[in-house]
Parts: sequence; C-alpha cells; structure tokens
Amino acid sequence: MKATGHYDQVKNVDPLAVLNQHTRQHIDHWLTKFPPDRKRSALIQALFAAQEQNQGFLTDELIAAVAKYLDLPAVWAYEVASFYSMLETRPVGRNNVAICTNISCWLNGGVDLVKHCEKKLGIKLGESTADGRIYLKREEECIAACVYAPAMTVNGHYHERITIEKLDAILDGLE
Amino acid sequence: MSAQPTSTAPDVVNIEVDGKPVQIRKGAMIIEAADAVGIAIPRFCYHRKLPIAANCRMCLVDVEMGGRPMPKPQPACATPVGEGMKVTTRSDKALKFQKDVMEFLLINHPLDCPICDQGGECELQDVALGYGRSVSRYTERKRTIADENIGPLVATEMTRCIQCTRCVRFTSEIAGSYELGGMSRGENLQIGTYIGKTVETELSGNIIDVCPVGALTNKPFQFQARAWELIARPSVAYHDALGSNLWLHTRRGDVLRTVPRDNESVNECWLSDRDRYSHQGLYAADRVSAPQVKRNGQWQQTTWDDALSVAAEALKGVPGSELGVLVHPATTNEEADLLLRLARSLGSAHVDHRLRQLDFADNAVATRFGLPVAEVSQVQAALLVGSDLRREMPLLNHRLHQATKKGAKVYAVNPAAFDFNYKLAGAAIVPPQGMVDALLALARAAVAEGSAAPVALADAINAAASDAGDHAAIAALKAGKAVVILGEAAATHPEASWLRAIARFVATATGAGYNELPVGANAVGLAQLGVVPGNGGLDAQAMLVQPRKAYVLYGVEPPQDFADGTLVLEALRGAQQVVAFSAYASDALREVADVILPIALLPEADGTLVNVDGVAQAVQAGAKAPGETRPGWKVLRALGGLMKFAGFEFDDLAGLRDGIAARAVVARDSLAARKPVAGLARIATWPIYRSDAVLRRATALNAHPLNRAPAARINADVAARLGLADGAAVRVGDATLPLAIDHSVPDGAVWIEAAQDSTATLPPYGAAITLSKA
Repeated sequence: MKATGHYDQVKNVDPLAVLNQHTRQHIDHWLTKFPPDRKRSALIQALFAAQEQNQGFLTDELIAAVAKYLDLPAVWAYEVASFYSMLETRPVGRNNVAICTNISCWLNGGVDLVKHCEKKLGIKLGESTADGRIYLKREEECIAACVYAPAMTVNGHYHERITIEKLDAILDGLE
Repeated sequence: MSAQPTSTAPDVVNIEVDGKPVQIRKGAMIIEAADAVGIAIPRFCYHRKLPIAANCRMCLVDVEMGGRPMPKPQPACATPVGEGMKVTTRSDKALKFQKDVMEFLLINHPLDCPICDQGGECELQDVALGYGRSVSRYTERKRTIADENIGPLVATEMTRCIQCTRCVRFTSEIAGSYELGGMSRGENLQIGTYIGKTVETELSGNIIDVCPVGALTNKPFQFQARAWELIARPSVAYHDALGSNLWLHTRRGDVLRTVPRDNESVNECWLSDRDRYSHQGLYAADRVSAPQVKRNGQWQQTTWDDALSVAAEALKGVPGSELGVLVHPATTNEEADLLLRLARSLGSAHVDHRLRQLDFADNAVATRFGLPVAEVSQVQAALLVGSDLRREMPLLNHRLHQATKKGAKVYAVNPAAFDFNYKLAGAAIVPPQGMVDALLALARAAVAEGSAAPVALADAINAAASDAGDHAAIAALKAGKAVVILGEAAATHPEASWLRAIARFVATATGAGYNELPVGANAVGLAQLGVVPGNGGLDAQAMLVQPRKAYVLYGVEPPQDFADGTLVLEALRGAQQVVAFSAYASDALREVADVILPIALLPEADGTLVNVDGVAQAVQAGAKAPGETRPGWKVLRALGGLMKFAGFEFDDLAGLRDGIAARAVVARDSLAARKPVAGLARIATWPIYRSDAVLRRATALNAHPLNRAPAARINADVAARLGLADGAAVRVGDATLPLAIDHSVPDGAVWIEAAQDSTATLPPYGAAITLSKA
C-alpha cells in the first residue's frame, strides 16, 4: 500500500458536511452502546455506515470525517478501515456480491459460481463492472452458512443453495 | 498457608534470573528484572518508556513458577514477575525459540545492510548475529512496501520494517500526535500515515532512535557516514533553557548528527527535533570563518590582530556611557562574565541579555523553576500563562502531556488557541491586551477562595470580572501538586510585569510551583551572573530607545533576535561604531556592523549553561569551528588583554572560571503602565524553528511544516469586518503578507509570527496593527 496522498484534501474535513444525517444517527446510536471514553469501539459501525452512505466504499475524506465525528485520531480510523475486509478503501461497484469459496461452498460448487459470474460480467474476482453496478468481492472467507452451501451475500443479505439460474436472477435484479 | 513469604516489603518480589537473585517491584515485567541485573534478553518491540506491545516475540524466555515449568516460553516483556519465579534466558529451549522467532522476523527483511544507514548500529543486525542462524532457509519471494514521504526530517524505507510498532506507540503515547498506525493486516501489515502526511510532531526525530531497524533513519544524515566513523562527544542543547543532554556525532570535527544522551531529570531519553537537527545551521553559507573589518564601506577579511585593534579603537573612541552591550541569552557563563568585565572596564553600565523583553518595570530576570522539570510529569493541575509550551520547550510539554495522561487538568490563559497535544480543562483565549484582565479574573477567584491579595494588585483584582471557570481552575490547582507555567508569550508581553506578578500570586495562593520559562538557553545563568544594566544602566529596550553611539553585539542577530526589529535596526544604523561578535554575517549585520569577530557556537566551544532547574552544565568543545573562528572567551580575553584591562590576566579556562562570581539582580516591585490598544494588537511568537540564528539556518527544520510560512492570521469574524479574504495579500507596516483565516486567533488580535525575514521588523508584540489590502 502506497500512501494515498490525500492529506491536504482531508485535513480540514467537516464531518457534519461529509456525513449525512442518517449516517450520523447510526453512529450516535452505536455510541450509546459504549462508555463515553471508549468511542473507539464504535469505529467499525461508524465506518460501515459511512460506507453505506457512499454506496459501498470508503474514501479518505469519509474515514477522516468519521474519526473527527467520533473525536478520535484519524489514524485509528484508517487502521480499522484498512484492516477489515468488509470495509472497502478503494472505489468499487455499488452492489457488493460476495460468493463464498470456503470449504463447504467450494465442495458444493462455489468456485463454479464465481467462474460463471466472471464470465457473465466480464470481470475478475475483486473487480467491479464498468457501469459500477456490481462488485465481485475479492475471495470471501467462510460466511458461516455451510448448511446452505453454496452460499453468497449480496449487500450483506444471504442467498443460499445457489444455482446458476438463481445466480442469474439475483444478478439481473440488481439495480 | 504453609509458604512463608520471603520478601519483607509487600510491594517487592524476589525472583531468579539465570540463577541471579533479583528483587523488583510487584507488577514489573521479567525483562525489567533482567535489565536491572544486566542480563541481556533480546528484544525489538519492548522499550522502557513505551507501553508494552509484546508483538515481536523476540524476548521469549523459559519460566518456572512454584517449581513447575510453564509449558511454553513466555515473552519477558509482558510476563509480570511473581514471588519465587525462576527465569532462564539461555536454556536450550529459550535459545531455540529465540532462534526461531529471529528467523521469522528475518523472512521479509531485506538483506540490504550494505546500503542501509542503520548498518553498524542496527538492533536487528546485532540480535540476528547473536541469536539467529547463520544461513537463511527462506527461499521464497520477499515482500516489498512502497515508501511514504513523511517529511524532511525522517527518511523511510518501510520494506525494512519488522512491525515492532515502537514508532506508532511513540507518536501516540509520547508525542501525543497519533500520526503513525499499522495499516492492513496479517502479512500486509505496514506502518504508515495512510494518507501521506508529514509527521508533524516536534519530537519526530525520536522515532529514528526507537526504530530497531533501518526503516526510519535520519534524513539530513542520510548516506553521510557509517556509525564507526563517528566520534560521539557529549554536549547540551542550546535552543531552550531545558538544556537537553545530547551526543554530537562528529567526523573530523564536523557535527553530522545529534542523538539524545540519557538524563532522567532533564530530557529522559528523548530529544526535540529542534535540538536534534539544528547542527545543520553550523554549516550555513553565511558563517564567518575569518575576522572582517569594514573599511570605507567595504568589507575586508583580515587577521585577528588587525580586527582586534580595530575593535579596541572603536570601543575606546566613545565614552562608556555611550556604549551599549547586547548579549544573546544563550551566551555561556564564561563569555558573559568577560563581557561584564569588558563593559565595566570601558565604563559602560548598559549591558543586557533580555533582548525579547518589552516590559522592564519589574526588572525581571529568568529564575530557576519552582517545581523541578522531573516533577512536572507528576502534577495534578497546571496553569499555562501565555505559553505555546509545545513549541517553546517541547520536552517540558512532554512532561505535562504525561501528567495529563494520568488525569492532570491543564488550564491556559493565552493570546491564541495554541495547539496542544492534550485537551485543556479550561482556557481563556484573549487578545494580548486582554491577558492581564483574564489573569486578574483568575486571581479574583483565588482571593474569593480565601487568599489575601498582594497590596499592589489588590485594586486591580477587586475590579476584575469573575466567572465559574476561574473558580474551577483555582480549585484544581489547590487540590494537589500543581504548577503555574509562565511562557514566552507572557514573558515577552508588553505588560509582562503584571502577568508575572499575578501568576506568582496565583501560584502562592494555590500552593503551586512557579515555573517561568527563561527566554534563551542560558537566561538563568546570565541572570545569576548579573548580565543586566548596572547602576544607571539602560536595559535592552531602553538602550535602543535612547540610542547609544556604539554597541557591542554578542552572538545576536539583528533584527530577528529582538523584540522590536525596527527599533534595533534604527539604533544600530545611527551608531558610530558597532562591534559584532558573531558566528554569522547576515546582510543586516554587515550593513550595521563595523567589525565582525567570528566566534564559535556552543558545540564548538567550552562553556557552561545553566538550565531551568539551576543545574550548571559545563560542556567541552565537540566540533571544530570553521577557519579562524575562535571560542568567544578567547576572543574576549585577547581583546581585554590588548586593551590592558583588569580581569583579563587568566591563562586558561580554569583561571577564567575561578574569577566568576554570582551577582544578584535586584527585582523591582513596580508594574508597567497599562496602555489600551485601539484596533488589532499583534501577537508575536517566535516560531519553533526560527528562535535563534543557528535554527534559522537549519535547512531541514525550516522545510518542516511546523515552520509556517509568514502570514497575518486573523479569525473569520475580524476578516469579515475588514472585508479581507483568506489568502489575500495585506499590507502590514512595511511588509506584504498573505492573510490567513485562523480560528485560533481571538477577536482583537492579529497573529504574525516573529523572526521570519518579512516579519522581523514589524511592530512588536502587543502593538496596534493596521491591515490594509495590498
């Protein structure tokens, strides 16, 4: 990872302007769940809300805004954002399609589903379609749905016992 | 309950490390016990001043507790000692684990030691030699990491990083700036700022020292020398009165870099960037290497004999009452005493070192701290009066920062919302002309809490405003160990006598220690020697307001070193003779001086500086002065000898030191007359990297963002009233400056930092300023 070089753009960010009201409400709600001096604990949820607001990925400005809103050092927010795989720190498509390829799903054809997607959408795993509609999430670890393998999540919602037909229907239904 | 405790003190435990019995406080870690008896345990992430991370796993040792060995080796840095614990650091099992960890750490570490600046002084090299395998079994591809530019002071080569996170913990826990972090995870974990910013803390150079590998190295020193080519010479820092202890690393007499020298009561194991990188200024282009004399308006290089006789003629040519002697406040005791002897022999009482002081009503001189530096980290409350402490004395601010981490409350009365690395519990941010009133309000709260107001202040205190915040501050200062710190922004204030008197009263009333920051590295020493006007003498300000016919400038650089740059230039231009003892020949000095006698700077000369705790620190010359430059005391000795004055008969430094005696300075009780300021008053602070001639020539420091570009800073409301936009060019006096909208500046003030080329001759601190569109 090379430094993004966006410092000048984010150093004076105004969190009230960058984070919309819905996002701030979401953060405020999570803040009530932790002691007042443990705002750092709300970082994951806060970043997740900011990511949702931005249709699926975080920008340096958003991460800095979240840190400022929580009154935390910005670097803590960058650490969290770069650590978790469910937080995207580069521009990706607005629909997050994550097909499980861990052992149970793999044995039940998860990899074939990935191949089908790649062929259908003309992109590789980890890439987004040119129209920004779909992001095929980089190899996803076990999503804890082995009973219903093969499984996948689309924007966080589970789809189970996927077949090629089902997959086509789901992908075609995405806005 | 059969076991009998063997230790007598309840908070001490007995353990055994490699068969050696150790007594250590309860809660200590094994590694501390081993360090206490000199048993080396290899480590990378552990640092005694930083919180424990236990992530390098290099310090694994064998532990036996209550006769039963622990099943796995334990990290010595994170395993607390227990009564009867037996630790083996060199057992076969411990050595095997250490060897394996070493192999893991080396997997991604490049074998680029020959081109690495850390080579030869690298903890990884040393430990790998002592604890690693001689051959690497790893044949796979190594990982590389893109580099970040984190500024002009610290070079990065992050591929060499072993993720010990010492630098991350340093910026968060010690510097308090939280600038570095661990990004990504697992094999991709890497240390950086993420967004690509300069590391802006004033203590950034310390991450070089804590880095155990060559990931973070000294940028100005990059590729200059190998560790084994350098000779380390002990010295002290001379840019603030803390007097940090340091090593000058020299090669053939040139200082190539500076590193801290441990002294727990002064700088611990840290060094501020200002002290670490200032050595670049020693080798500036306008350094004088031979005596120079101005003849018929032309500067000529000459011999010492010639220059000294010209200087002697010049000094003899005017009556003593017409001679002013201006001494830089970082001048050593030895030089200062000789200057006093010289002035006395010439019949001049006009000697002063308080060049940045504007208010002499109380004849204040620097005093040693009421609360020693080492105890500042233990205070429970502090009051800052006119202090940008972080930039005025970085490592004192570090002590206060440590106190705030333990819950100390810091209050401030400041002319601008200076940037602190801790949250203030309360602050009065008022323009310069309002500082006395704000402090009086605090004093009134102290009186209300039952303290008797001093007679001189009683009326003013009774007339002061009152608010609840002041009472909270007084209560906090009374509650426990506390300190009142009067900073440079108060000591150089035009009503400093008031601020000082009230701050002293608040300190006495609350039982807090009174620490006034000396303006200048040896201001305390010069005060003890009485380098102030004698009977009927004029102080630094008065001898410029009533210009003298001749001046001696000792180590000072006009106009940047003076409170009022215009005033000093006018006085010097009008003088018949100006004899300058100086290391540099700036254009301004060449314009006003008649003879320049090149003197060595502190790293190049022997001398004594007295620090804020009153400790006289004698240093020996560590570096070679350029060309014909001589230590100031030798030049003064030669000049005094030439003029056949008494007091110059000594043969060596010891002889000189024998003749030095302290002379008490008599303080006055009077207070300055208070003058209202119409319109905007100037806040003038000396920028951290512009506060003396050496620093102004330290190129890397001057390229750092903490050295802000000159600007006239006002807040948005004032700007709106004046109809000025951010970035607009404005005329201030004879200068044109960009306007900066800065929310830290209160209404009624304009903040223009001093000592920049374009700001040095502007009206002084507290003076009325008019801003107009350029």
